Amino acid sequence: MSETPMQTGYRRANYFRVISTFCRNSLIRDMSFRADFILQCISSMSWAVMNFMLFKIIYRFTDSIGRDTGWGEHEFFVFLGTIWVINSLIQTFFMQNFDEFSDLIRTGSLDFVLLKPIDPQVLVSFPRTNWSQLANGGLGLALIGYSVAQLLSDPDKHLQFSVFTVLAFLLFIVCGVAVMYSVMLALASTSIWLGRNQNLYDFWFYITNFYRYPMEIYQRSGMGWALWGTFTFVIPVLVVSNIPARVLAQPSGTPWRWWEWSLAGYALLAAVLSLLASRWVFLKALKSYRSASS
Amino acid sequence: MLAKVQTWWTFFLIAVNERLVYRGDFMLGTLMRFLPTLTQIFLWWAIYDVISSRPDESLDGKIAGYRYGDMVAYYLMVTITRAFSSMPGLTSGVARSIRSGEVKKFLIQPVDMIGCLLVQRVAHKLVYYFIAALPFTLVFFLCRGFFLNGWPAPEEMLVFFLSLLLSFLLGFFIEICLGLVSFWFLEVASLGFIYMLLNFLLSGHMFPLELLPESPVNLRAAVDWLPLKYLAYFSAAVFLGKLSSEEMWRGLAIEAVWVLFFIVLARWMWSRGVRRYSAYGG
Repeated sequence: MSETPMQTGYRRANYFRVISTFCRNSLIRDMSFRADFILQCISSMSWAVMNFMLFKIIYRFTDSIGRDTGWGEHEFFVFLGTIWVINSLIQTFFMQNFDEFSDLIRTGSLDFVLLKPIDPQVLVSFPRTNWSQLANGGLGLALIGYSVAQLLSDPDKHLQFSVFTVLAFLLFIVCGVAVMYSVMLALASTSIWLGRNQNLYDFWFYITNFYRYPMEIYQRSGMGWALWGTFTFVIPVLVVSNIPARVLAQPSGTPWRWWEWSLAGYALLAAVLSLLASRWVFLKALKSYRSASS
Repeated sequence: MLAKVQTWWTFFLIAVNERLVYRGDFMLGTLMRFLPTLTQIFLWWAIYDVISSRPDESLDGKIAGYRYGDMVAYYLMVTITRAFSSMPGLTSGVARSIRSGEVKKFLIQPVDMIGCLLVQRVAHKLVYYFIAALPFTLVFFLCRGFFLNGWPAPEEMLVFFLSLLLSFLLGFFIEICLGLVSFWFLEVASLGFIYMLLNFLLSGHMFPLELLPESPVNLRAAVDWLPLKYLAYFSAAVFLGKLSSEEMWRGLAIEAVWVLFFIVLARWMWSRGVRRYSAYGG
């Protein structure tokens, strides 16, 4: 590949139409196997419910996670719901595609992607939409709604809730999805060099593992701070879940502290930077692509 | 007799060599498997930090009898028991071979399918322990401080090892039975999924069973009547000295009975299933 596909310019392609066609086709496909679709919805939701039960049990013994962190039961369930929403968005729109990306590379079918007059990143990222995974997101929104209502009715908590907080929440969800998308894209791209990447789902599991809990739990010991630093500044997955959840749950009260504002600003920056970095990795990887088989 | 032993030995060797191919991947994968434990260490620390700071002394800094160290040690021990009892791909493998008709080869060869699968599984597990020993030792050495009681007594150690062996057999035969359901229903994936879910929750994989609520449904008592707790909780509890000598041996006996039950069930299902099997597919 002497020229990156970007330079030849595919500006005329209507990306919105392409992506919405992908989404519609996947929906039609999903709807032709309806029983299977419903089973998949149930199975992905049951994992979420199990997670919920674990914390329901934990909160029988404690009233907050971490001393003076403010992550009481309802605050934490806002956090949990936020994670479900972000996870479900990634799994609906991207996971399956990234998983198939390594197949494209192994079989040489990536040739056909590169030949089309459209940005290959779009063609790699969007062709399949796994609509059943959206069920989890719905469940997450319900949990968030319920928990926020509980917090609002609690006279001891002075929760600030307005159109502004909802918009900010949505903005940071988008940022979170952007960061997670970039991490997975970069990981999937490495399969061009490594030849295979069967463990993409494993990687997803291990990386989400670090953003599943409020970041305060890491901020007590040297090793914890090291982890916090790594997953905030090197792979910024901690801000993905923590910032949107803090916007709604306000565990340390309102107004926000200075460090919360700076982390929120950083989350915006991290989203942009990781998109750019993953784009760079993707194009760099494409340059080393040397087709396969036929 | 000798020929039979030789047959099984060959099956065993093939399976061992099959597994050794990916040893590098394996070792890294094993280390990665401890990452969730790492975050759990932080999570539980944060929870115990709250509990120990509370003025009421009734809990004494414990959750359901577990101190912070016990809790982490419990999760570490569960990784060991799961290394024995988990059987990735067994149910789906049996189901697939029945559905695709591959199972025919066991009907014409003088080789027993369940026995063959057992030998292969033993081989895979042995290779796994051999390779995973290094990362496991490393992690347990780094985490030795969490084992507040130090090494268990010889008696507990003995019951622990016996229960691990039984948990391997129990996990194996439960999944074989689930797979053999394919003789009657073509699709067992959802059955396998339900099993996985219940297993995760009620075997003690997710948290120590003492944490289960007693109301509105007394799950705490219900798990004692299920075989699932022997797949994760029991061995860990024995190692951590949670059970009295009598409870330990009784638990071991019940586990043995469960193993026997599922062996007989698997045999019975196999003989019934083969009779109604119509051998379609290539």
